[in-house]
Amino acid sequence: MMQLTCPWCGVRDESEFTCAGTSHIARAAVTASDEEWGRYLFFRENPKGVHLERWRHVYGCGQWFNLARHTVTHEVLAVYRMSEPPPPLTQGSA
Amino acid sequence: MKYSALALVRGALSGGRSWGPAWRNPEPKPRYQVLIIGGGGHGLATAYYLARNHGVRDVAVIERGWLGGGNTGRNTTIVRSNYLFPESARLYDFSLKLYESLSRELNFNIMLSQRGLILLAHSRHDLESMSRWANAMQMNGIDAQLLTRDQVAERAPLLEMSPEARFPVLGGFLQRRAGTARHDAVAWGYARAADSLGVDIIQNCEVTGFSRAADGAVSGVLTSRGAIAAERIGIAAAGHSSVLAKLAGFALPVTSYALQAMVSEPVKPALDTVVLSPGTGAYVSQSDKGEMVLGASLDLFPSYAQRGSFAITQSILAATLAIFPAFSRLRLLRQWAGIVDVVHDSSPIIGATPVPNLYINCGWGTGGFKGIPVGGWTLAHALATGRSHELAEPFQLSRFMSGRLIDEAAAAGIAH
Repeated sequence: MMQLTCPWCGVRDESEFTCAGTSHIARAAVTASDEEWGRYLFFRENPKGVHLERWRHVYGCGQWFNLARHTVTHEVLAVYRMSEPPPPLTQGSA
Repeated sequence: MKYSALALVRGALSGGRSWGPAWRNPEPKPRYQVLIIGGGGHGLATAYYLARNHGVRDVAVIERGWLGGGNTGRNTTIVRSNYLFPESARLYDFSLKLYESLSRELNFNIMLSQRGLILLAHSRHDLESMSRWANAMQMNGIDAQLLTRDQVAERAPLLEMSPEARFPVLGGFLQRRAGTARHDAVAWGYARAADSLGVDIIQNCEVTGFSRAADGAVSGVLTSRGAIAAERIGIAAAGHSSVLAKLAGFALPVTSYALQAMVSEPVKPALDTVVLSPGTGAYVSQSDKGEMVLGASLDLFPSYAQRGSFAITQSILAATLAIFPAFSRLRLLRQWAGIVDVVHDSSPIIGATPVPNLYINCGWGTGGFKGIPVGGWTLAHALATGRSHELAEPFQLSRFMSGRLIDEAAAAGIAH
């Protein structure tokens, strides 16, 4: 089982959290074309490597936060708050 | 060599020396008419139908690992066509019909066992939505039958049927033609049949890039075993579709997740149908070897690791025991995971990509095994003719721009 570090509660088991997908997706403009809107809604990079993603400590404090996590090793490279930009990362070990 | 009872006798009398390899292990040629990336069920079926339906025999299937070693070797072997929408019903029932004649077609026993699949209704709302679902299937010409509580109990006597149960069973519905097939045999059968029609199957050959012509069309691939040119290329790589799409310079509406499954130690026959409980998320069948085959929810965070999280293993086992308390004494034999390509409407993508001459078959998510024959059939059509097959027409990448999604909750059968 993965263990994640909630910025408020500390290290907890994965089963206390839910993942809500990719972070930092910019909402498409109201004037966006169908193609731009489709890309915004559905298309994701889905990297095999480091992924910036939103998690929520749903069975804990209920707070949201961001993770930089490697999708093969599940190594967590950074934990940062929703309002923060992604930290500079050196690529995790694959 | 044709497999038959006579061949079996000859094999036995020769002490097994008359059996040859089922397919060749060729070196890649520098150029093919069609190249297929991914040597799982979908890729091998594509190669077979290219040769059989379209006479295109200058074909290679390239596979990063070993044949059928991805999701084809990691699923729970269930085949069914109990879908809600007409587009899905046509696609999946065509697949099931191909499965029904596949052993004869390929001269390879895929051990199809149409033992039926029961969906359990645990509430009045389940009963209502299932009667709608079963009616929709019948309207689409697919067999479906609502079951009373007693009929469910008769078909699966070990189910927890007591009124005090955490998930009481109020009834269910049955697709009789659903069942299981031997997953490895499907890959091996297609591989052998494709090979005998001249298709080259090249294992341990990883794609590292695409070469492009001046007009932007793909003209070949770069691999760990050198460059291979091709007029048209098909991708059938399931959970790794996004990785290949990125190499080719386009994006997909796909997220890769680990889907795990497990088997118990083998026991005597105790369950002769497939049971799926949307309420608990568990699905259970018994393999011909006697193992209870268990599956349930995705590990709901993006993953390319072919292993499942123990948190989900626990919840799958808890869900299984809630409906089959008698299994609590069984010991677990193996647990594994495959990387599945999930899209928002749980329906596949089969057809052209933004890159000319490059076609894709992906997005089957948690239900790709049942779609192998039709996935191969329709991708082969696109590769041979440059046009979408009629069955695959609604399943184009462009639906994510037009908004014409086929939001098939029945695709998973359970709530992921």
